[in-house]
Amino acid sequence: MSERTNGHRSGNGHGPDADLGFGQPGEQAVSDGPVELPLTKADFSSDQETRWCPGCGDYAILASVQSFMPELGIPPEKIVFVTGIGCAGRFVYYMDTYGMHGIHGRAPALATGVATSRPDLSVWVVSGDGDALSIGGNHLIHALRRNVPLKVLLFNNQIYGLTKGQYSPTSEEGKVTKSTPFGSQDHPFNPVTLALGAEASFVARTVDTDKAHVAETLRAAAEHEGAALVEIYQNCNVFNDGAFDAVRAKGQKEQNQIKLVHGEPIRFGADGERGVARGSDGRLDLVDVAEVGEDAILVHDAERPEPSLAFELAHLAARPTGPTPIGVFRSVSRPVYGRDLAIELERSSSEAGTEQLRELLHSGETWTVS
Amino acid sequence: MDNKTLEKKDRVVVRFAGDSGDGMQLTGSRFTDATAVVGNDLATLPDFPAEIRAPAGTPHGVSAFQIHFASRDILTPGDHPNVLVAMNPAALITQLTALEKGGTLIVNEDGFSAHNLKKAGYESNPLEDGSLDDYQLFAVPMTSMTVRATEDIDGITPRDAARCKNLFALGLVSWMYGRPTEPSTDWIEKKFADRESVRDANLAAFRAGYNFGETAELFAVHYEVEPAPAPPGTYRNVNGTQALAYGLIAASVQSGLPLFLASYPITPASELLHTLSRHRRFGVRTIQAEDEIAAANMALGAAFSGHLGVTATSGPGMDLKAETIGLAVAMELPLVVVDIQRAGPSTGMPTKTEAADLLMALYGRHGESPLPVVAPSTPADCFDAAIEAARIAVTHRTPVILLSDTFLANSSEPWRLPDVEALPEIDPRFATEPNDGDRFMPYLRDERLARPWAVPGTQGLRHRIGGLEKEDVTGNISYQPENHDHMTRLRAERIARVEVPDLAVDDPSGDASLLVLGWGSSYGAIEGAARRLRRERDMKLATGHVRHLNPLPGNLQAVLRSYERVLLPEMNLGQLSRILRSEYLIDVESYTKVDGLPIFTRDVMEQVEARLG
Repeated sequence: MSERTNGHRSGNGHGPDADLGFGQPGEQAVSDGPVELPLTKADFSSDQETRWCPGCGDYAILASVQSFMPELGIPPEKIVFVTGIGCAGRFVYYMDTYGMHGIHGRAPALATGVATSRPDLSVWVVSGDGDALSIGGNHLIHALRRNVPLKVLLFNNQIYGLTKGQYSPTSEEGKVTKSTPFGSQDHPFNPVTLALGAEASFVARTVDTDKAHVAETLRAAAEHEGAALVEIYQNCNVFNDGAFDAVRAKGQKEQNQIKLVHGEPIRFGADGERGVARGSDGRLDLVDVAEVGEDAILVHDAERPEPSLAFELAHLAARPTGPTPIGVFRSVSRPVYGRDLAIELERSSSEAGTEQLRELLHSGETWTVS
Repeated sequence: MDNKTLEKKDRVVVRFAGDSGDGMQLTGSRFTDATAVVGNDLATLPDFPAEIRAPAGTPHGVSAFQIHFASRDILTPGDHPNVLVAMNPAALITQLTALEKGGTLIVNEDGFSAHNLKKAGYESNPLEDGSLDDYQLFAVPMTSMTVRATEDIDGITPRDAARCKNLFALGLVSWMYGRPTEPSTDWIEKKFADRESVRDANLAAFRAGYNFGETAELFAVHYEVEPAPAPPGTYRNVNGTQALAYGLIAASVQSGLPLFLASYPITPASELLHTLSRHRRFGVRTIQAEDEIAAANMALGAAFSGHLGVTATSGPGMDLKAETIGLAVAMELPLVVVDIQRAGPSTGMPTKTEAADLLMALYGRHGESPLPVVAPSTPADCFDAAIEAARIAVTHRTPVILLSDTFLANSSEPWRLPDVEALPEIDPRFATEPNDGDRFMPYLRDERLARPWAVPGTQGLRHRIGGLEKEDVTGNISYQPENHDHMTRLRAERIARVEVPDLAVDDPSGDASLLVLGWGSSYGAIEGAARRLRRERDMKLATGHVRHLNPLPGNLQAVLRSYERVLLPEMNLGQLSRILRSEYLIDVESYTKVDGLPIFTRDVMEQVEARLG
């Protein structure tokens, strides 16, 4: 038997030309295969019939994601979508990439397995408010804490859709649903503050039908090295219609979307006539620019190492029923989970073979019987 | 030295027992290494409390280590110790019942203060009240002799010195059984190389114990146990955890798949995580996950990505992983799930052994979700069983449960090192090309009914898999009644087709009427009992060991039918016997033991004698 090595490139099961490309991290995949550029939306659209309810906000998000993907310049076989259970879980079947549709709440853990073992891949998680924040809350916070290179799209519709209308961990207090006929007593999570509390290095929010803003936010998330959480306000027109009208419906969103742009004064309103300023008591206030003067308007800094400003901004709106910040709350750099290890393992495993195995087994105290 | 008598013994069982802070595990493992070097066959059994530091001096803080060594092939750590070393009254009161009548009892006299006696529950001092008259009692003031031996060493307080008393005990027992001193002294010098005074204190304690044995008039006899005849080869001592870790690494090398282990700390499986995390050199990636569920999912995600995905746990963790294992069944991906069984239910007795997860391994998931189950038989066999589990998982694209237990994980035996060139090759056969014209069908099967494994990054083979029922061949989501019926039967069939070696029966006389069947760690006790009964009582009995619990060996039914009676000892309430009865309508006689201890040779002998005696 010939000397075997543990290296992927020379492993069993595929010929010398079939490099499966378990490449080095950071070695972006564009150069790695014969990609027919430019890629188009069609390259990322699977042949499966979409089966969400007519009018669901998920359609808009799917279209935006499929349109955005070619921009990454990554061939679709180097992209993996991982989803959990819930309406958002179906997302994976409509993307013509590699995909895993896992069990309820566990998508971040499945995706951690993919992303840490294969740093050459671009790994995306699609989850919902029940999937990510209730049954799977633990995996979400730990993936963010570790800074696993995952892009997590959290479709927040503030309701359980697939199970037909129970309140979710983001539903407002007093929510009357099938399981809470007298109103829910639960205090809701704010996904952005939860992610910030979990030490996420990238946290953003966008709105399903706002195509340009979705694309812009996805771009920022994709460019971020490490874990990115993107909360997407998503309308469930069947069980929770209009939950986000204040920031989503024409005629309201113009007044209420507070678009956060790093390095820019935080202004909103149809003509930017309103803004965010720090009041005399130290708290953030919504102000009229004309009243306080342009210089008093707070300049957004998503790259501040400590998350307190992002946290304050997320608390400007307890619920998305009035002026509400969207955009990138926080984007800071810290070590990406497993990246250095991946380089070390790639190097060492390619040298580990039968001879090293023999040495390992014979390590420690041995004796010989002849 | 010798004004002392040297007596030859075939086999000896020694148990070291003391407070969990007394270092008994270390004493036992050092004695084991010295014994291995002599060439005795051996088997060990550590027995320690779940609490790291239970209140000192109390019975539930007692930690023990038993070693059985012999001049011939042995298979278990032994039933009744011939020698008990007890460092305090709590160790004595909890361990004395195990000591053979007339056995040697060596106690640390200094540990028997009024305070310690009271904590252990003694009303009077057993060293003085005659209650130990049935034993050969040697009361040795180990603590004070250790303190005296170390008093000239700078920087060692009497309190520090007292902590070395376990080395005194090691030295004493080493002398009694003629163990060489070098393995122990070398170890001490290496271990404490950077702490000179501690090194010197431990060396002094060890030598004081050894010399005390040689010179004290207390010990008139010392013993020799000659080397055991063993097949030629290179040997090392190995416990079940190490062997399992090496087996997984070997499977990684043999398959060319990088090893990915995700685990959550749990007794007794954490040791596997610790062991594998040291082997980055082999490309081994370990993750300490946030919980058991995450660990299973991470391993499955890595498997999807082309790695040898492994998750390891014990009973409570298996409960939590069940849904993920079901997902792996539906996704038809390779996954090795290691279950180091412990005594349950619930938290149960985390440091005690049991083999009661068999039915859970086979059936403990919702829906019809069959998977292969493999159980190692001895500590060294964990190496081969791990390779076998990985081979089945990879070649058949299925999760496999590897059922070890606490006893196997912690106990050790000499291991004849395998020829690495002769290890089985594992071919992952990654899909690299479309398999249906220019399209890729993720559930188009080969002759084994295994689906193609196409890992991300492979051009032209993009596909989505998940837990929703899939149409065969295409992998598209399907709610078709006929398809679900087909897929359910197909998943059962493909596991049933996993090739499993026939059951080997050991029936030296060729006309035994009783077959003693075992699985898992009962192997040693059953074989040991059979050998003794054949040798000493001239009994005719056959033995067989089931290593593959699913699918079962193809000849198993025929074998069982060829014996008048079948006895099946198990560390549960009869789980395999229940399966065999329902599968084959054979009246298997079940012997069950669920006291948290391994099945002993004696247990099996009694059961056989009751039937053939």
